[in-house]
Amino acid sequence: MDHKHIAKLITRIENEPEKAREILKNLPKRVVPVIGFTGSPGVGKSTLLDQIIGKIRSKGKTVAVVAVDPSSPFTQGAFLADRVRMKRHYLDEGVFIRSMASRGALGGLNESIYDVVELLESSGFDFVLIETVGVGQAEVEVRYVSDVVVLVLSPGYGDEMQLLKAGVMEIADIYAVNKSDLIGTDSLCEQLSNFLALTGKDASCIVRTSALNGSGVDELMDKIEMTWKNLIETEKLRQIRKQRIKHHAENLARRIVQKHFSTLEIQSPYEEVESILKILCERIRTGQGGGT
Amino acid sequence: MKKYRILIAKPGLDGHDRGAKVVAHALRDAGFEVIYTGLRQTPEQIVRTAIQEDVHLIGLSILSGAHLQLSKKIIELMKKEGIGDIPVFVGGIIPPDDVPRLLEIGVTRVFGPGTPLSKIVQEVRNVLEGVTSASGS
Repeated sequence: MDHKHIAKLITRIENEPEKAREILKNLPKRVVPVIGFTGSPGVGKSTLLDQIIGKIRSKGKTVAVVAVDPSSPFTQGAFLADRVRMKRHYLDEGVFIRSMASRGALGGLNESIYDVVELLESSGFDFVLIETVGVGQAEVEVRYVSDVVVLVLSPGYGDEMQLLKAGVMEIADIYAVNKSDLIGTDSLCEQLSNFLALTGKDASCIVRTSALNGSGVDELMDKIEMTWKNLIETEKLRQIRKQRIKHHAENLARRIVQKHFSTLEIQSPYEEVESILKILCERIRTGQGGGT
Repeated sequence: MKKYRILIAKPGLDGHDRGAKVVAHALRDAGFEVIYTGLRQTPEQIVRTAIQEDVHLIGLSILSGAHLQLSKKIIELMKKEGIGDIPVFVGGIIPPDDVPRLLEIGVTRVFGPGTPLSKIVQEVRNVLEGVTSASGS
């Protein structure tokens, strides 16, 4: 599939999510590594992705990137500028970069991300990379969409208290301490390794990187590939993909319920929600749930 | 409401993107999804980005004086790549005499210095809504 065709399909999936199934069912099913990059704003996710794209291309593999930035809660507008960091790949036919606005989704991605990732896997790329919006502490959707999650941190992120908090700190397979040329890297790595020890992970999942000068990027790429290999060998990949389908379904259910609720006059929240959901579940049980 | 995606691009060698950013910000506040290419882009890079991002409109910010050559090259490339139907706006330091020449090349609208942001936003909306109703999509 050429880039233009893929780009048009992404737009259709994004704008008319109800058409996604129709689009995807005609495409070959493929499973390729889906790598999620998440972390706070400004830690260097896009710049690190630029380096990772370079590594993937140097191995002769192709890559699709979806980079999500936030939509305005007031105007629904968005300024999407992650690709600015990936300029050197603009002319490379083996690299497809798509910017996406979060459009009100709360998990750090976009509601259509599951379908878009499936489309990109089907389109023949060897890797799919996802970059979340610059997240706070609780945006963990990337865990369900990706096979391998890289949490990007940088010195100045905060003290140990931040590392102990639940949420985004827990979801990563690999912790990239970026901007490792800056002061504060040693103490962050030390705190991080102490924290990870508590959760049963060892320091081998920490990588010091500098997207600026490229140091540590080879090591990060190796760790990503090792994690992927391990997922295949241990059958964990199958579980991850099963989870993904479930989250995709939940996501879809939420969207459909929201859509229908927006058109309803609700008088009493508890009773009406209960009665509506009862009817819905009854319909699914009796096999009338298919098709809208 | 239909979601419109707009590419704001900086072709050529001038290194000043304050204007591009101000326009991008105004369009963002008007509810558009704005994709920014970054500085010093070649026509090829801009056209490739427009294809991957599947944008509805391209805004070029040019302050270097090379607006005629750059716009021509970009529009030619767009036609070659089969995206010649996407409207192209040009903003920047454009001598009034060059405006008809830009329109002749195929540029849809030209905005010189001092154009109110509200006018740019309104023209973007007019052109996009005109384009959509004409193509029926």
